[in-house]
Amino acid sequence: MDAVLDVFLDIFTQPAVIVALIALIGLSAQSKSFSDVLKGTVRTLVGFLVLAAGAGVVVGALNPFGEMFQTAFDVQGVVPNNEAIVAQALLEYGSTAALIFFFGMIVNIVLAATTRFKYIYLSGHVAFYIAAMFAVILSVAGFDTWAVILWGSIAQGIYMVVSPALVQPFMRQVTGTDDVALGHTGGAGIALSGWVARLTRGKGTSKSTEDITFPKGLGFLRDTTVIVALSMAIIYVIVGVFAGAGYIESELSAGQNFIVYLLLQAATFSAGVFIILAGVRVVLAEIVPAFKGISEKLVKNAKPALDVPIVFTFAPNAVLIGFIASFVGGIVGMLGMVALGTAIIIPGVVAHFMTGAASGVIGNAVGGRRGAVLGAFANGVAITFLPLFLLPVLGDMGLSNATFSDADYGVFGLALGGLSSAGGQVAIIVGILASLVALFVITVVMRLRDNRRIAAQPVEEPAV
Amino acid sequence: MTKFLAVCSTGLGSSFMVHMNIEKVLKELEIDGIEVDHTDLGSVAPSQADAVFVGRDIAEAASHLDDVVVLTSIIDLGELREKVRSAAERHGHTTS
Repeated sequence: MDAVLDVFLDIFTQPAVIVALIALIGLSAQSKSFSDVLKGTVRTLVGFLVLAAGAGVVVGALNPFGEMFQTAFDVQGVVPNNEAIVAQALLEYGSTAALIFFFGMIVNIVLAATTRFKYIYLSGHVAFYIAAMFAVILSVAGFDTWAVILWGSIAQGIYMVVSPALVQPFMRQVTGTDDVALGHTGGAGIALSGWVARLTRGKGTSKSTEDITFPKGLGFLRDTTVIVALSMAIIYVIVGVFAGAGYIESELSAGQNFIVYLLLQAATFSAGVFIILAGVRVVLAEIVPAFKGISEKLVKNAKPALDVPIVFTFAPNAVLIGFIASFVGGIVGMLGMVALGTAIIIPGVVAHFMTGAASGVIGNAVGGRRGAVLGAFANGVAITFLPLFLLPVLGDMGLSNATFSDADYGVFGLALGGLSSAGGQVAIIVGILASLVALFVITVVMRLRDNRRIAAQPVEEPAV
Repeated sequence: MTKFLAVCSTGLGSSFMVHMNIEKVLKELEIDGIEVDHTDLGSVAPSQADAVFVGRDIAEAASHLDDVVVLTSIIDLGELREKVRSAAERHGHTTS
């Protein structure tokens, strides 16, 4: 009997198997044909293994980077890159992360159906990354696996409605409707941009970014593979020059010319991210449509919360301005860390592009050019310091050379981590339940206010 | 079989949404025989698909591809419906 149980455990503790089972359920729920279900399930199984293989490639390229950074500056250098850290986290916490992701979607649908927070979080890739972070933080806090999954799923569901809600007041200004929301882990930083733009708006005289004509030819910035390879090449070469050619050629590259070695490591890092993205794409392709289909049936007036590029088309100039302003914020933040002598968070180009660009668009809609620049700059500073504060919360993961990059990981991760250090597991449970209650209280308060408004209306109308 | 491809910079979020919306629109228009998928700008090659759908912000970066359909707003289903309809007609599908 024990032998059977062991085999059972061997199968069901494998993250790839868990993810494949989730796909199986998702595909069956859409009443797909047998061949589609089989195909999708196998593709998901393989997709997850592709993702894990990409993790190995990224880690292989990051290890020498960490050693060089340590040698050159005598502090830890950390690259905020979601793909790199998530892939590492999944190696250890893959099964719990996958289950949190799955049950979190269900909690999301339940909350959207029962509260005023009608958001359905459809950016599966970043939702998956958040689930991985919750799995790590709750495991580090010492919960049993079942409790990690239970509280993680509730936290995940809450996250999936709260993050879009933070940005929604500004999204309405960008899109002119209340039908679409933003679902991205940059949410808190993008909302920060909106607030900064509103505070600095003054008389609102700053013109829109879209009145500027920009030179063409920056289109390559949109190609993630190219931009990651180029930016990592610059970072690797700078750090490598400080670490010294002699050190690299004797300790790391086995005699290979150090510049050649550094460029190849940077390209390898990008190759790893490419592999991870391919794996994530395959995994999500089978799961997200089921989530979308089910939520459309169950939630009236649902607002889909979608990935950041949906706002890019509203203000293409603000995209570029926001990226640059955010990146400058990242460099300023990094110089601050050098001065303070902490671990150093290197500006992650992809994060500054995605969330900085969205911050620029939001900032522009609220406060014109000034809003776009100042808002995105604030986002850039935030996504540099938040990952620094997050490092201790992640336990052993915090010691690796990569970390989570966007603002929401910092804000929500620190909230859980703060509760954990304040009062351990009990505080985390109380905090999660309190947030849940808060969502329902807000719903009731808003409903009462609406009812009062409707009740008050006939009185306001002049008597005929 | 005709193939439509939605493309964005990472091939994860917005291209996936456009992909699902194209499928929805094709069903509404009762057009069969078109396969839809999504991918990232880095791995897409010319002649990989009959028509490629992108947001206007990455139109320039995708200009080397065949039959690029540029969407002014990637969340506007009305625009997508018209552009999917004309793309389907261009590739020999009869539409109602």
